[in-house]
This record gives sequence, C-alpha cells and structure tokens, in this order.
Amino acid sequence: MSDTVTLGRLRVPPRAQRGEVIEVRLLLQHPMENGFRRDTLGRSVPRNIIHRLVARYDGREVLRAELGTGMAANPYFAFFTRATASGEVVIEWEDDLGVKGRLTAPIEVS
Amino acid sequence: MRALALSLALLAAPAWAQAPRSGLDYQGEDIRRLQADDFANPAMLWVERGAAAWKRKQGAANTSCADCHGAAEQSMRGVAARLPGWDKRLGRVSTLDTRINACIVREQRAPEPPPEADDAIGLQAYVALQSRGMPLQVEVDGVAQPLFERGRDLYNQRIGQMNLACTHCHDQQAGKLLLVEKISQGQPTAWPAYRMEWQAAGSLERRLRACFLGVRAEMPAYRSEDLVALQLFLAQRAQGLALEAPGVRR
Repeated sequence: MSDTVTLGRLRVPPRAQRGEVIEVRLLLQHPMENGFRRDTLGRSVPRNIIHRLVARYDGREVLRAELGTGMAANPYFAFFTRATASGEVVIEWEDDLGVKGRLTAPIEVS
Repeated sequence: MRALALSLALLAAPAWAQAPRSGLDYQGEDIRRLQADDFANPAMLWVERGAAAWKRKQGAANTSCADCHGAAEQSMRGVAARLPGWDKRLGRVSTLDTRINACIVREQRAPEPPPEADDAIGLQAYVALQSRGMPLQVEVDGVAQPLFERGRDLYNQRIGQMNLACTHCHDQQAGKLLLVEKISQGQPTAWPAYRMEWQAAGSLERRLRACFLGVRAEMPAYRSEDLVALQLFLAQRAQGLALEAPGVRR
C-alpha cells in the first residue's frame, strides 16, 4: 500500500429513537504493519499500527481501544451504544508514524 | 477434418467436468459473510477509492472519467461482464485493466498506472461493481478466436517444476483439499477481489500469477498476452455465472 491511512468508512444509523441501542461500524484502510516482517532485502519493516482509537458520541467517550500487533490490515470495528441525543459520532485514531485520522457521522435522535 | 475433430474433442465436456460454480462456494462461512456485507467487505475500500478516482480530473487534458462517461451506474453497467473483449481501437483483446488504462493515456493524457496500483484496482473494482449480478458473457469467436484458443491451450498445458496444468486442479480436483484450502474451479467472477493472504485487493492477473508460482513455473508479466489469453478463456469457461466483484477470497 502506497500511503498510510487513506480512507475509512463509518456507518451510524442516521436516525434513532431515544434510548435505542445503535450499532456503529467502522472499516479503516491501514497496513497494520506488525514490525516482525522483513522486506525482500532482509531489512526489518518498522512497526506501524493504529495503536489508539477513540470513539466519541455527543462529546462523550463511548469506546477507547488500544490495539496490538495481532490485528490484520484494514481493521474492522463494530460496537453498540445507546442513542441519547442528536449529535455526532466522532472517531479518531493515531498510528505509529504519528498519522492521525478522523471520521464523523451525524445522528438524529427523536 | 482431423484438426476439427481434435478441437471438438477438446471442447467436449470430459468425464470429470462439473457444473460451473462460483469460487465463493468453496470458501468458508466467514468469507461468504464478509463478501455479502457491503460495509464490512474490505474490497469496498478500494471501490471508494475508485469512485473518487472516477471523478478526479487528471492528466494533461485535465479531465475525469465522469466528464465523458457521466455516472458510472449507468454508463458502466454491464461493461465488466463483457470483458475481456476485442477492442477495435487497440486492435487487440483487452481486459478491464487495459481498457481503463487506454482511456487514461488517450483521453486524460496521463501516464499509465502501474499494475496493481491502489487507484487502478479501485477503478476496476468500481467499474466491475456496476455489473454485479450480471452473467459473464464474452465473445470468443471471430477476431478474438486465436487468443481464446491460446488461452485454452495454456489452461491445458503442463507447466513448471510440478508439471501441472490448470485443468489438473481446477477441473479434476475441484472441491478437494489442497493443504487447508478447498480447490475451487478457478472461476474468475469475483475479481478484482480482496484476498486475505495479500491483505489487499488485487486483480485476477495477480491471482493467476500466484498460481504460476504455486506450480513453480515462471510467472508471466502483468498485462502480458498470455495472461490476457487465460483471462479470456476463463471468462468463456465461466459463461453464465454471475459477476460478484468486488469479492473476498482467502
């Protein structure tokens, strides 16, 4: 893969009832290089994984993940949270190269 | 007459021939579920890349695919199901990859993307998606016939240190286990697909090259005539199977 984090997909139900349990799904494009591999010339490939991922909903942290080297490339996340108020789901992450990513999706709660 | 009888014998279904089945049938439950889920299917990351590339102006002509072709949902519908096919302007059989690249070079006046570039795979996946569910229908007679025959011969020719032809695994042993993998019929309906082993999406050419490596044979170059011939033959062999790109495979 040519560049580090290029894209991701975030899906949150656009509308929900208050108190409803909603599923947040996230798919990121990332090599998740585990640092144990060597390239064709025998040089060690430096570790580069998304080591931290935080999900906020309406300003409140709903998920924090510390990831290890055991995850495959292009990681997929799904988690549930309760719809409380209209607002934004914000996902932020950072990899070992210091590249930060951010995805947002609005949700309307009635 | 003898040549005709010989070619008829080659075309006639041998005793081990099975009804064509998509490679998806030979995958595990997890892979099948992943491919069926358009959100979780990692190949969709490449489709999104492709959708962005479709609209991006580039090259000396500063045009985008969309400037000429409009919405891919309409203009590209069915295109991938008819390829590889004879390209009048190129004067040869072209795959989806070569067809897109010819357009990039001729119309956008941009450099040809290298094989397996993320954006190139993305564009192929995005275009192929517009034909998802449509049956493969390629033309192999007339001008395309010599290449089709070459592809058929390659498919049946023993190669490599293992001295195996494609047919030995994918016709005679399909459904059996090779180490931990079920051998599929080698139907090309899912490509470009996300392959777990690569942790990336790739083209059918990349997959075919992996097969050459598997039988310890010399890998043909990307976009070489041999690979195009094989792809044409495989598409004809899969005639009627529905296109399922972008797929997921082990």
